[in-house]
Amino acid sequence: MDDDAELTQRLRAGDEQAFTALVRRYHDPMLRLACSFVPSLAVAEEVVQDTWMGVLRGLSGFEGRSSFRTWLFRILVNRARTAGARERRSAAVGGSGPAVDGARFGSTGSWSAPPEHWTEAIDDRLQAGKLADRIRSAIGELPPRQREVITLRDVEGMSSSEVCLVLDISEGNQRVLLHRGRSRVRQVLETEFGRLP
Amino acid sequence: MRPLTLRLRRRELVCQQAVELVTDYLEGALSRSARRRFEAHLAACPHCTEYLAQMRATIELAGRITPEDLTPQMQDEFIALYRQWQAGGGDQDQ
Repeated sequence: MDDDAELTQRLRAGDEQAFTALVRRYHDPMLRLACSFVPSLAVAEEVVQDTWMGVLRGLSGFEGRSSFRTWLFRILVNRARTAGARERRSAAVGGSGPAVDGARFGSTGSWSAPPEHWTEAIDDRLQAGKLADRIRSAIGELPPRQREVITLRDVEGMSSSEVCLVLDISEGNQRVLLHRGRSRVRQVLETEFGRLP
Repeated sequence: MRPLTLRLRRRELVCQQAVELVTDYLEGALSRSARRRFEAHLAACPHCTEYLAQMRATIELAGRITPEDLTPQMQDEFIALYRQWQAGGGDQDQ
């Protein structure tokens, strides 16, 4: 991101405000991501602080071959993994249920209880604010690995290849996690808003 | 050899399969023939069309989550962190 490139340049030149601007931009997603690796908020906050210290120390060696954001999140994930008791990612994906509860399909596999409609309501601004709150907590309740992928892909807006690089997972694994996570969040929204007048 | 129409019919998707393909579809990860089958199913199924719209809306809503701002106290902590690093001569990793 161009903004980041400019800020990192200023940071190299010793600009304190560039540092706080970067912290303000990334602190929240970093904390959310760190929380999925470590057992408590306090440890997650330490990991984030430790990451920023790592950024300051390593900045002169950062060559811009990846984006600043990719570099930053890779440092974070490395430190969070070290801090967390969670073992390195294996094949387990977590929450391996179907996208939609099988009870909602008939014996032929067609919908017997089709999705409740709710997307029309999103145009209402107030409603959208409420949905965003609900979606934030729905993401927070996902199994950690699904949460990590959704946070980076859909909230932070990374590409799939960037997410794979940051989390060190394969494209296929990333898609499975994304699918499970998004399916779950959609279901939460339907349950919450499908029966609104 | 089986007649072509029969083979195509046999491979038609049902809703329960279609919902599992939504992410691969949105990610452009389906083969051309799988994509055609998926789109053919959507064309005939308003419920799965709605389902796809809801998945798109879910993604869009997730993108609207804005980062929570730092508390003034946290901001002070980070400024202190920065100054501490600078006071140490901006020590660098090897």
